[in-house]
Amino acid sequence: MTATTPALTDRVRDVLGSTTLDDASLRRWLHGLPGVDEVGAHGRAAMLGTRSVKTTSKAWALDLAVSMVDLTTLEGADSFGTVRSLCAKARVPDADDPACPKVAAVCVYNDLVPVAVEALAGSGVKVAAVTTAFPSGRASLPVKLADTRDAVQAGADEIDMVIDRGAFLSGRYLKVFEEIVAVREVCDEAVALHGRRAHLKVILETGELSTYDNVRRASWLAMLAGGDFIKTSTGKVSPAATLPVTLVMLEAVRDWAALTGEIIGVKPAGGIRTAKDAIKHLVLVHETAGERWLDPDLFRFGASSLLNDLLLQRRRMRTGVYASADRLTLAT
Amino acid sequence: MPTFEYAPAPESRAVVDLQPSYGLFIGGEFVDPVDGTSMKTVNPATEEVLSEVAVGGAADVDRAVKAARRAYERTWSRMPAAERGKYLFRIARILQERGRELAVLESLDNGKPIRESRDVDVPLAAAHFFYHAGWADKLAWAGLHGAALGPDGVPLPLGVAGQVIPWNFPLLMLAWKVAPALATGNTVVLKPAETTPLTALLFADICRQADLPPGVVNIVTGAGATGAALVGHPDVDKVAFTGSTAVGREIARTVAGSRKKLTLELGGKAANIVFDDAAIDETVEGIVDGIFFNQGHVCCAGSRLLVQETIAEEVVGRLQQRMAQLRVGDPLDKNTDVGAVNSAEQLQRITDLAAVGDAEGAQRWTAPCPLPENGFWFSPTLFTNVSPAHTIARDEIFGPVLSVMTFRTPSEAVTKANTTPYGLSAGIWTEKGSRILWMADRLRAGVVWANTFNRFDPTSPFGGYKESGYGREGGRHGLAAYVKEA
Amino acid sequence: MAARLDVRKTYKLYVGGKFPRSESGRSYEVTDAKGRFVANAAMASRKDARDAVLAARAAFAGWSGATAYNRGQVLYRVAEVMEGRHAQFAEEVARAEGLTAAKARAVVDAAIDRWVWYAGWTDKVAQVAGAANPVAGPYFNLSVPEPTGVVAVLAPQASSLLGLVSVVAPVVAGGSTCVVLASERRPLPAVVLGEVLATSDVPGGVVNLLTGVTAESAPWLASHEDVDALDLAGAAPLPGEDATVDWGALEAAAAATLTRVVRPAGSATSEEPAVEPDWTVLPDGPRRVLAFMETKTVWHPKGR
Repeated sequence: MTATTPALTDRVRDVLGSTTLDDASLRRWLHGLPGVDEVGAHGRAAMLGTRSVKTTSKAWALDLAVSMVDLTTLEGADSFGTVRSLCAKARVPDADDPACPKVAAVCVYNDLVPVAVEALAGSGVKVAAVTTAFPSGRASLPVKLADTRDAVQAGADEIDMVIDRGAFLSGRYLKVFEEIVAVREVCDEAVALHGRRAHLKVILETGELSTYDNVRRASWLAMLAGGDFIKTSTGKVSPAATLPVTLVMLEAVRDWAALTGEIIGVKPAGGIRTAKDAIKHLVLVHETAGERWLDPDLFRFGASSLLNDLLLQRRRMRTGVYASADRLTLAT
Repeated sequence: MPTFEYAPAPESRAVVDLQPSYGLFIGGEFVDPVDGTSMKTVNPATEEVLSEVAVGGAADVDRAVKAARRAYERTWSRMPAAERGKYLFRIARILQERGRELAVLESLDNGKPIRESRDVDVPLAAAHFFYHAGWADKLAWAGLHGAALGPDGVPLPLGVAGQVIPWNFPLLMLAWKVAPALATGNTVVLKPAETTPLTALLFADICRQADLPPGVVNIVTGAGATGAALVGHPDVDKVAFTGSTAVGREIARTVAGSRKKLTLELGGKAANIVFDDAAIDETVEGIVDGIFFNQGHVCCAGSRLLVQETIAEEVVGRLQQRMAQLRVGDPLDKNTDVGAVNSAEQLQRITDLAAVGDAEGAQRWTAPCPLPENGFWFSPTLFTNVSPAHTIARDEIFGPVLSVMTFRTPSEAVTKANTTPYGLSAGIWTEKGSRILWMADRLRAGVVWANTFNRFDPTSPFGGYKESGYGREGGRHGLAAYVKEA
Repeated sequence: MAARLDVRKTYKLYVGGKFPRSESGRSYEVTDAKGRFVANAAMASRKDARDAVLAARAAFAGWSGATAYNRGQVLYRVAEVMEGRHAQFAEEVARAEGLTAAKARAVVDAAIDRWVWYAGWTDKVAQVAGAANPVAGPYFNLSVPEPTGVVAVLAPQASSLLGLVSVVAPVVAGGSTCVVLASERRPLPAVVLGEVLATSDVPGGVVNLLTGVTAESAPWLASHEDVDALDLAGAAPLPGEDATVDWGALEAAAAATLTRVVRPAGSATSEEPAVEPDWTVLPDGPRRVLAFMETKTVWHPKGR
């Protein structure tokens, strides 16, 4: 089987150096990528974690982090009410401070997309939907595509899909690749419907991939298949986003850009709860991928409780006293 | 859009209580030198004078050796080994408790980044005392073959150790010297480096806080003549030196014909060997750590980079990218990666050798890092087009200068790595385990790091082959240097 | 004014970092050396032993995975915290063992120093017992000791503190975790030790202390399939008394899962009562540490 669009076929040929696209050729390519030394990666991430960011830079970093938040609710108990409430928070994160930036997006299950689209109309805050039988991804391709199409038709700006980790871990790379390609095509259907593409974030679920070598390979596979973003986790599996995982993914987008000229985004999701964690991630972005990626179009935080901690730190910097969470609005 | 700047995040100097002048620490108290003079110690990052320190003369060295001898005979050698160990545990704990103070003082006096003094030098120094504290009453199980044994079957100490340490890791080298000496039952006279005496003097205060019996540790500050007097003193039973190969040779000559036991930890010109299957991102980090850690003032620094030809261009490109991100500047700034060169003299030497590199036809590339105006600084520098015959491929520069060469096969890498009078350390970067072990077997170096570099641990012996010195420090093997031979 | 009524201490079990009473609700009277009532101690049941093994197993991954340096620091910290409670230990030991105040203080000194001794072994035992083996071939070959797992310890019956520390410290120094049956008749110093462990840096579950009847709990631990090793030091009876525990039978029960056994000292066979050694004598090297360690040998080819 070959990739479906001529452009994709060309790219696959250029990058893989092979005209056949199958598990074997993908395997040769992915396993030819340089390995990741776990101890070294941990050391580098830990060292960058000691960087100290102060005063004006910190204020700027906090604002940037707020503007990068994909404010997320992915619970079975989500309702119209909780999603509307979340959208209100996304528009005005800190009611006491009009200078506070909006978040990047609100991330919900696909059936709640219409609610979010309505609540966020005109705000500039994007609506992201998790699809493809999130979080396990255990469904047939037609179901995954229908899931995605549903969200796209309802007006989702961004689609967060999951890869088939079972297929990936058993070496069926072509299946993983083809699913991403197919979902990407559904995302492209938004052009006809809404006059713009839906951006595709590919969730690797790094906690199930187990090794950094796998994280690197899955990152490259997702970029080859046309993902706009690579995202660490669903937030339903532990460990979720960690500094070393984000480091390896940032290295992947940096090297992909050097190879193809394409700029792919990175989204760590799950487990980032404090402003301190967020700033460590921004340091990582700055020193690994570079300044270009310090942009909500290219780096996001998938999070819920993080937002309020960022707001507490903003308040602390503005007022000089430690702030109480009681003064902030609830997300849901 | 504003850029992401790390605003200066200086560690506070307030934790350090610097005195305007310091005497010598002899017999448990600070005393003025008898026939000595004094010298100024400066902050290499600002050229500001930090304090005035005594320069011990021959009579001062004699007094210190006598104090050490007295302490050895009257208290230290008679004390139960377990109690000796408990003193070392105490010292280790105080080093931890006063860690921030020691780290700031080390960075002030030496110029190394606070991140390194805080995260490497001080914790390792404390760990060294912890490790050796445990050995004090376990020497019978240390496998010290050929040691003279006391009536209880325990290896006997030598007596008084004269120890001379360098300026690159002042406190850590002190720990490497003092901890094993005390654990095995010796007393010491230590001469810190001329340009970095302050943490040793703070250590004297720590000995006092630990109620260490007077005379067990004596610290005589000074320069080369002070060290020579100590090494040559007839009542010193053991000489331990870390420093340049040139001085090491002198010491070996001085000690020749005596019954003094000698260990030398000298210079190096380590090969850091990169194969084309290496984990590239971590390898680049390792190369950077190998040569720019502590401004390259490291005897085991990976100063010769040997890259497999197939990836030489890629490695150099990535290395330059990475080097451009290094933050050179204020050692007390927590975000600084590369600090100040320790002295004007050392800066001159680095500058001169780099100029020889240019003159001999190597290609210089300098990281575009802004440098402060005052103080002693040298930008992280990379030389390509280096051949093994070049001076910068042979001589120890002891600064942030990396010479890059290439190889094609493992055998060629081994030959190139071993073609040096030094033999302290080597690095190997490959994902292939069997190749690491094959290479390690053939590298004539006392420490071989694989997929890492510049790792130190109190349990791990350290020391060189060939003209990098003899004897080992640290680990079980390091104890042998401090026990009497049968 | 009336004399102030003192607040008495409750002595409980120490399992998984917590201080539960026995799930059975049972307790027993503890008396001093002269037979006077001192306190009620919890009488551990079969189920308490089971829970303690679960706690020890759960703690094993973290404790054995900690660096040897870190374990050494933790053991030294136990000594530091014990030193701060010196007087309390001396009082408990004097009461339990019928010692003079001076002798009890010396026992506590020795117990603290014993922690320090084993703190020093954590990062040396591999250097003393490991080896690079010069095999005849192009192979790297290295043998290193590794902790065996969960160890059930019958603590000495007479030496309620020094003996206890002398058998527990080597187990945890090597990286194993343990379930300890404290001296049956002199259990109170063990409970205080539990309080020290809980307030030092020893992770919960690494040491679990049970008080109660040795002969009742020991068989359950000896036959437990998830116990990897068994130290029978506490099978030796109090001086002048009959043995209540048949250590031969316990060893036989352990044989079912090839549990490693350290026999008690002092008798030719289990027909004769074992004799508790003099715990004030310094240990002869890391023997007790190595008794609860396995040797792992790693091979790797050397080639281009």
